[in-house]
Amino acid sequence: MEFIKITDVEKTYPSGVTALYGLNLNIKKGDFAFIIGASGSGKSTLIKMLYREERPTKGEIIIGGVNVGKLKNRKTYKLRRKIGVVFQDFKLLPRLTVYENVAFVLEMFGYDKTEIRAKTLKALDLVGLKEKVKSYPDQLSGGEQQRVAIARAIVNAPKLLICDEPTGNLDPDTSLEIMKVLEVINNLGTTVIVVTHDRDIVNKMKKRVILLDKGKLKKDFEKGTYDKNEKC
Amino acid sequence: MIKMKNVRILFRNIRDGLKNVIRNFSLSMASISCITVTLILVAVSIIGSLNVENFTKIIRDDFTIVTYINVDADENKINEIKKSIEKLNNIESVSFDSKKDIADRMKKESEVFNNIMSSWSDSENPLYDTYLVKVENSEKISKTANQIEKIDGVQMVRYGEGMIDSLISIFKIIEKILLIIVISLIVVTAFLIINTIKITIFSRQEEIEIKRLVGASNTSIKQPFVIEGLFIGLIGSIIPILITIYGYNFLYEKTGGKIFSEFIKLIEPFPFVFIASLILAIIGVIVGMIGSSSAVRKYLKI
Repeated sequence: MEFIKITDVEKTYPSGVTALYGLNLNIKKGDFAFIIGASGSGKSTLIKMLYREERPTKGEIIIGGVNVGKLKNRKTYKLRRKIGVVFQDFKLLPRLTVYENVAFVLEMFGYDKTEIRAKTLKALDLVGLKEKVKSYPDQLSGGEQQRVAIARAIVNAPKLLICDEPTGNLDPDTSLEIMKVLEVINNLGTTVIVVTHDRDIVNKMKKRVILLDKGKLKKDFEKGTYDKNEKC
Repeated sequence: MIKMKNVRILFRNIRDGLKNVIRNFSLSMASISCITVTLILVAVSIIGSLNVENFTKIIRDDFTIVTYINVDADENKINEIKKSIEKLNNIESVSFDSKKDIADRMKKESEVFNNIMSSWSDSENPLYDTYLVKVENSEKISKTANQIEKIDGVQMVRYGEGMIDSLISIFKIIEKILLIIVISLIVVTAFLIINTIKITIFSRQEEIEIKRLVGASNTSIKQPFVIEGLFIGLIGSIIPILITIYGYNFLYEKTGGKIFSEFIKLIEPFPFVFIASLILAIIGVIVGMIGSSSAVRKYLKI
C-alpha cells in the first residue's frame, strides 16, 4: 500500500500560472525522498499541496487514505497534526524558549504536563538540543534553530515529515548535520520528504530523488544523485 | 477524558491570554486606552440618561388631577364621588383636600390672604372641596380627567392641560435622544476597538501562521485572543468605573442630590453607581472579546 499517492495532479493558480501538469507519484511508507528542481519547477507547489496549504486544480492526492484536496479549510488541522513541516526560515516563535517552542504544539492538543515534558524532551534529545532547552531562538545558531524546528515537527510523532529547503540558510557542514538528524528520524519509521537545491547533500545521502522540471516529473530514481548535466 | 483535555486547553488559553496582554503590553495599552476613553463617554451618557429618566419619572409621578366638587354636595355625595373615581382605570390614589385645609394653607402662605380669609366663617368659605387624583400612567392623564369630569357632582377638573401634554412629549423625545446617544456610542466604541485590536494583531500574524501550520484548529488559535480581549476590556473599564463611583458620589455630595432646582433630583449613589459600573464592565468585556475575535478572523482560513 502506498502512503502517498498522487494521481494526475494539475495545479493552476488564480493568476493563470500552471505550476504542475499531470503529475503521478507514489511514495511508500518509510521512504526518504528528495524533491529537486529549478526555481519554478513546481516543487514548492507540490509540497504545499501535501500539507494542504494549496489544493490541486485537477487530480487527487491521497495521504494515508485521506483525500487531502477535498479537505475543508476548517478541517485542515486534522491533517497537519499527522504531518510535521520544517521550513527554510525555521518559523520559531521568538519570545518562547526552545522548550516552549516545541511544547506549545502539544499544549494546544491538550496533553497533560508530564506527557508534554516527556515528549518534548525526547524530541529535543533526538535532535541533540537537550542542553539548550532554556535558550531563546536568537541565542542559537542557524543549525540549532533548524533543529528546534525539526523537534517541533516530530514531537507529536507524525507519520510524515515534510522539509521545505531545510538547509537553504545553512552552511554545508551544518546542512549535513541536519540531514543526519533527518536520517535518524527516517530510520525510526517516519516518511521524510525533503525539497532542496543542495547538490552536495543529495549526492552524499544517496536516497530516492524526484526531479521536477517546468511542472512535470522528469526523473525519479532510487539511490539517485544530482546529475551534473541536469539544469537545476 | 476528552472533557479533561478541553478543560486543560481552556486553562492554558486563559494563562496565555493573560501572558499576551503583559508580553505585548505597549500594544495592549493602545487597545486598553481606547476602551478607557470611550467607556468614560459611555459612563457619562449612561449616568446622564438614567438621571433624566429618573427625573422625568419623578415629575410624572407628581402629575395630579384636581377634582373640584360642587358646593352643594353633602358628605354622602362627596364619598360617592370618591368611589366613582376609584372605579375608573388608571387611578393610583385619591386623596381629599377640604376647602378648610386649603384656606388654612393659603393663610399661612400670604399676609394678604390671611387678612381677608380670617374674617370668613366656614360656611362663607368660597373655595371648593377637592379630590387630588394621581394616575398610574401619566400619558393617559387627559382621558382620565375627562372621565372624572363626567361624574355627577364634579364641578370641574384641572390638571395643567396643555402644559402637561407637551411636557410628556418632550420627555419622550429626550429619552429617545439619550437612548440613541448611548447606543451609537457603544457601536462607535466597538468599531474603534475592533480596529485598534486589528492593528495590534497584525504584528502577530506570524504567530497565527505558525500555529496554523503545526495543526492548530481555528478555535484553538482564536481562544487565547478572545480571552486576551476579555482581559483588555476588563482592564480598560477600571478607570471609567472609578470615575463613575467617585465622580458620581462627589457630584451627589456637592449638589446635595439636586441640580438647578428642587425638582431635579439625582438618583441616590448607592446602589446606582455599582449597577452603572457593572454595565460598564460588561460592555468593556463584550466589546473586547468581539473586537479580538473579529480581528483574528481575518488571519484564519475559514
